[in-house]
Amino acid sequence: MTATSDLTSTRRWLGTSRRKVFGASQRPVWKEQPNAFYQLVKAVLLGGFALAIIVPLLVVVSTSLASDQDVIDAGGYVLWPKHPTFHAYELLFSGGLVGRAILVSLFVTVVGTALALFTTITLAYATSRPVVFGRPVLLLVLFTLLFAPGIIPMFLMVKQLGLLDSLWSLILPGALSAFNFVVMRAFFMNVPQELIESARIDGASDFTILWRIVMPLSKAVIAVVGLFYAVGFWNAFFNALLYINDTAKWPLQLILRTYVLQGSSLSADQLGVDPPPQTQSLQMAVVVLALIPIAMVYPFIQRHFAKGVITGAVKG
Amino acid sequence: MRLRRQTPAAAVPTRTLSFGTRVRRDWQMLVMMLPGVLFLLLFFYIPILGNVVAFQDFQPFLGISQSAFVGMENFVSLYDDPLFWAALTNTLKLAAVQLLLFFPVPLILALAVDSLVSNRLRRMFQTVVYLPHFLSWVLVIALFQQSLGGAGFVNNLLRDWGFGEVPFMTNPDTFPLLATAQLVWKDAGWAMIIFLAALASVDVALYEAAAADGAGRWRRMWHITLPALRTVIVLLLILRIGDILSVGFEQFILQRDSVGPGAAEVLDTFTYYSGVVGGDWSSGAAAGLAKGVVGALLLWGANSVAHRLGEPGIFQKREAA
Repeated sequence: MTATSDLTSTRRWLGTSRRKVFGASQRPVWKEQPNAFYQLVKAVLLGGFALAIIVPLLVVVSTSLASDQDVIDAGGYVLWPKHPTFHAYELLFSGGLVGRAILVSLFVTVVGTALALFTTITLAYATSRPVVFGRPVLLLVLFTLLFAPGIIPMFLMVKQLGLLDSLWSLILPGALSAFNFVVMRAFFMNVPQELIESARIDGASDFTILWRIVMPLSKAVIAVVGLFYAVGFWNAFFNALLYINDTAKWPLQLILRTYVLQGSSLSADQLGVDPPPQTQSLQMAVVVLALIPIAMVYPFIQRHFAKGVITGAVKG
Repeated sequence: MRLRRQTPAAAVPTRTLSFGTRVRRDWQMLVMMLPGVLFLLLFFYIPILGNVVAFQDFQPFLGISQSAFVGMENFVSLYDDPLFWAALTNTLKLAAVQLLLFFPVPLILALAVDSLVSNRLRRMFQTVVYLPHFLSWVLVIALFQQSLGGAGFVNNLLRDWGFGEVPFMTNPDTFPLLATAQLVWKDAGWAMIIFLAALASVDVALYEAAAADGAGRWRRMWHITLPALRTVIVLLLILRIGDILSVGFEQFILQRDSVGPGAAEVLDTFTYYSGVVGGDWSSGAAAGLAKGVVGALLLWGANSVAHRLGEPGIFQKREAA
């Protein structure tokens, strides 16, 4: 039985249905009828887990949108803003530290992802073909999965390269991840050899083949790996803590730690506004700003996850 | 030689081409490998060599080439350092609690999700629980603090109801539980993916046959579902064991201030604080190196145990790839 037919039959007995028939007709005959007790246990387990994820996110978003009066009335946190306002966001975007941190994070994410995709795609493609040095290079990459150089040697290397306090220190060390490489390479291995050979007979160079034939076929995996990289760069906190001292070059994650976790308050000065703002919704607004880009790309790429992760996990 | 020339070019096996010919033929591919290889050298292999500072009395202004070699002295002083042992104990304790309490959760979730009849519900649940994996640790801990912290909304509710405050976030004694809860919140849903995929590929005929033989739902789970998942479970366990010494670095460095180093100091944070912050580069590097070597050994050990038990483990798969 092939994987696809397995999946369809699995879906069938699980009761896949757009017709909203959840009853006995969808269940395989040999399956027991639903049992109230087990159903309750399952509902509590899954529902509780989902709620534990949704509620904190909802509270944070609501509080960031609530008016100062709402926040005071509710004693700090709002489940649903009665008088929604973008006041907190206006303050954050009126200039100063947070606005700059967002630009830094965006820059690092965009440039880093582009560079990392470039490095990963070229290396993965070259090692996916029987090529001189292909095998030893592959082993070089896979070895990195086993061992990490350690914090101090990395720091000394970045320092040696003169990258301390430069945004490149956040970008370059992340320009290749062995995990993403493995996912990408596994996908390239499945591109039919005939396709590549016929292109070569037509006189295409290796660069052309990669750019015009292999990459268009691999859009899904490029999207997923790109998302993994982008999330990594956007979330990178420790590299910034290590390599960046200058507050003007702080990415958003460091702002989050300093002003939300450690509770220092953003001074009027750092925001470029006069009256000291109400901190609670302001803090929550910073949290939401760190959240937004991820929440935005997430739905588009979500359906490709399973495939990418499984290739990576099984072969990695 | 003459004979070989008479065979058509395409039929010549690649291996008979001379090295020079192959390099000339594949030069474009070699160019493609260049950025990646350069990266590996700069940010992996040269830093590995940089671990020599663990055997030196490293002085930043002298550099690696000028600093004096001291052999194993740094490791000896680590051995005598109670702080190092505290960090090691914490690491092992946190790793053990996380292994014990985190590892089964994705499996249980996957089994529950897999038995859902409604596909709509399945998809909705998966969409929700995958999300936290993509949030940074800073964000996750900020969310936990806003929820469970002293001024967080759970404590607000508890105070309103007259229960008083519960110091979820700052109690060093319960910190391993808190850390595990954070890990479950962030990654349990994500870890579920692999189990779900394995479940989807189990042959339904097996269940049908078992049911025909009179096996109830628990018997089917025990004799069909769990054996089908065995390989995956072993694989994930091995990976986890290899990771034991690097339990959530960012997670602990972020909470070290609020819980105190007594509970949240792990090997990685020890390395960071003694090396980068404290300026004792050599002993930091020694701790880091010891950690890396032990981690790799653990991974290798767990994998060979898996081989003994007749499981594929991780390395064999890789050769097949």
